[in-house]
Amino acid sequence: MSTTTATPEMAQAVAPVKNYLKQTTTIRSWIFTLDHKRIGVMYLIVSLLAFFVGGMLAEVIRTQLLTPSGLIFHGGGAAYRQYNQVFTLHGIIMVFMVLVPMTPAALGNFMLPLLLGAKDVAFPRLNLFSFYLYVAGAVLAILSTVLGAVDTGWTFYAPYSIDSGSYVVLMVAGIFLLGFSSIFTGLNFIVTIHKLRPRGMTWFRMPLFLWATYATAIIQVAATPVVGVTLLLLIVERVMGIGIFNSALGGDPVLFQHFFWFYSHPAVYIMILPAMGIVTEIITTFSHKTIFGYKFIAMSSLAIALIGFLVWGHHLFVNGQSAELDAIFSFLTFLVAVPSAVKVFNWLATMYKGAIDLKTPMLYALSFIVLFTIGGFTGVVLGALSTDVVLHDTYFVVAHFHYVMFGGAIIAFLGGLHYWWPKMTGRMYSEPWAKFVCALLFVAFNLTFFPQLVVGAHGMPRRYATYLPEYQPYMVASTIGAYLQMIAFLTMAGYLLHSLFRGAKAPENPWGGTTLEWTTSSPPPTENFIGAPEVDVPYDYSLVEYDAAIGSYIRKEPMPAVEQTH
Amino acid sequence: MSEAVSVFGQEEIARKHLAHHFDTPQQQFDSGKLGMWLFLATEFLLFSGLFCAYAVYRAINPQIFRYASQYLDAQSGLINTLVLLTSGFTMALAVRSAQTGRKAVLIVSLLLTMAGGFTFLAIHAYEYTEKYRDGLLWGTLYNPKLQDAKPDQAAIAKPTTADLNAGWQPLNLMAKRGYAVSHSDIAPAAIGPAGVAVAHKPQVGAMVAAMPQPANVQLFFGIYFLMTGLHSIHVLVGIILMTWLLIRTIKNDFGPAYYAPVDFVGLYWGVVDMVWMFLFPLLYLIR
Repeated sequence: MSTTTATPEMAQAVAPVKNYLKQTTTIRSWIFTLDHKRIGVMYLIVSLLAFFVGGMLAEVIRTQLLTPSGLIFHGGGAAYRQYNQVFTLHGIIMVFMVLVPMTPAALGNFMLPLLLGAKDVAFPRLNLFSFYLYVAGAVLAILSTVLGAVDTGWTFYAPYSIDSGSYVVLMVAGIFLLGFSSIFTGLNFIVTIHKLRPRGMTWFRMPLFLWATYATAIIQVAATPVVGVTLLLLIVERVMGIGIFNSALGGDPVLFQHFFWFYSHPAVYIMILPAMGIVTEIITTFSHKTIFGYKFIAMSSLAIALIGFLVWGHHLFVNGQSAELDAIFSFLTFLVAVPSAVKVFNWLATMYKGAIDLKTPMLYALSFIVLFTIGGFTGVVLGALSTDVVLHDTYFVVAHFHYVMFGGAIIAFLGGLHYWWPKMTGRMYSEPWAKFVCALLFVAFNLTFFPQLVVGAHGMPRRYATYLPEYQPYMVASTIGAYLQMIAFLTMAGYLLHSLFRGAKAPENPWGGTTLEWTTSSPPPTENFIGAPEVDVPYDYSLVEYDAAIGSYIRKEPMPAVEQTH
Repeated sequence: MSEAVSVFGQEEIARKHLAHHFDTPQQQFDSGKLGMWLFLATEFLLFSGLFCAYAVYRAINPQIFRYASQYLDAQSGLINTLVLLTSGFTMALAVRSAQTGRKAVLIVSLLLTMAGGFTFLAIHAYEYTEKYRDGLLWGTLYNPKLQDAKPDQAAIAKPTTADLNAGWQPLNLMAKRGYAVSHSDIAPAAIGPAGVAVAHKPQVGAMVAAMPQPANVQLFFGIYFLMTGLHSIHVLVGIILMTWLLIRTIKNDFGPAYYAPVDFVGLYWGVVDMVWMFLFPLLYLIR
């Protein structure tokens, strides 16, 4: 008895444990930090900056397309080349600097050890190194943009990427570094999940975000080296004229496309899988109901990762592939839709008869389901041979990609950002503003990209600086949508910054989550948990109850006998 | 192992190297090892792109590979293979002696492994110099200066369609299905004026001697320099890593309780060896 009363007094006598933000405050303590949470925050800041730049480039593209002859770049030749540079940079920044690192490296870094119950990732120094690789890659990309922005499209297709007068080598070298940053992050996560699970955290007790991150990490480790060697070959091609992709020297430009998509198709699953993981966490938490079909969701992540390796050929349906290969790749593409649909049905079943709480993260999760489903269906349309031949290289493809990547990956990322914001910053944001922005974003997004599906089906080709006058109403609608999105994002930046400085203090568990990150303080201490975390079966909502006095969910008092055995 | 750990000082060494987020040295070692294996998997995948390019171009242009590979020096390749295998043995010895705490043996075997690496690079440099002298280079730099490398103009017959199609089966398949097949769509420059001389599989030795130079021989040398060059860079990195190990060994960093870096570099060296075991037959031996 005496020991139990003495313990809290002793804890108070010792200095209270400071959270990870306050423990040290020098700039040096941030740039040399080995704390996964700080590295995650640094990733978040840099990738949000990249998102801002990429978004502004998108606004330039949309402004150009307000009129059929182009509002900014017109008169042909050099002006159109500038337009090419703008959409190329938009693509490169959004794919390689935003989508690939944003969810896995920023949110993943911060949350993975917390959800797992570990003190850090397995290799903290490697983690910091991969962040600086990311920064170095971004710096090279900026340098190439300043010297002579790339105009090849984000796919760098040979032979144009061999002949283009822009600074392709510098840009490709930058992306090579970004790729290795991604590989090391994935490697770190796999080892962390294998080796740093605390006592009681079995594989099937892991929160599903971790399964999604694990599947993502497998793709990062297994696919990225191939794009690494592809980009290396492109550099060697330009610098030494080795001829691998140059048909004048006996090489084959189509081989580049195979190599490129062998990575870049699985790469879209690097973007979407962790997003699905976030949505899974949000839906179960805000339905206050245990997840439906835990093992199916876990295994569908792995299935998507594995099948995702076998579908790259669907990017080459019209590029001289044999009809047999076309048919096989088309079939495999349909197959990927199955595990994706498994997830959607499980989310719906989880919500069914749940106590749904329509907080901001839940709104994002719901809009993810709608937008991702549209993206998925249009994907099946493109995966079908006969329709793809017609729709190839039209705005339909652009709209499909944005429905999956923006409506999917980015919307889910925003959901995750709002879901974990209190945990990361220790502050609450303004719920009404956040809901308003989420709704505005949903409307603006559809206004931007739905018209593009339509004009694409009408045959409007992508990547042109001009278009036929009959498409103008759709293009104007699309541009208005893009402007509304900009307003939404700037408003979001406003209320999040306000929350950072003036927001109410966040409680330990504001949403009623049952995973381990909600059992530690907001923000967490540097060591994540004080003492070893107690691991239970995840998603058991009978274990938490709302305590109105502190505005937070708390764990129900366990039976004393159970406490004794621990 | 438990005996070794109880040796005086070993427990302190183990604890000194234990990072804060691991519970036990064993957990830390296992994590490092899994991480290293994953990294090595990515190394294999990095090379796999090149192996894939090799396979594709060999399938499309077998005549180029048959013709050009005769200019590689199989003897140097064989010596290099033996050198690397021996260095693989000395590296394994290094790992073992780190585990058992025999510092002198560790230093000697690391030095021997490094010597093996340097020998390998030296022989390779000699081969590269020869190729440079003979103008057997990649892309536009290909400019053969060997007398017997010149194509025998009289022996060149105009290639028939069957000869052309012999190289690449999918094209035949497509042609049979009624697709308009043009070689220039897929591998345009593969059919130069010299064409494919041999479609009837004669004896290999006789074929090579009588073989006229096919078009695009530079493709083979491009792949040869890419694959062996990337591999040599890995050998160089291995030597640098061993220098680092050597310094740490002299500083008494390793012992039975802590030898993970030696172990991991050993694994890396194993992969460098193994990649060469594929490169040697593919480039030097198969005609």
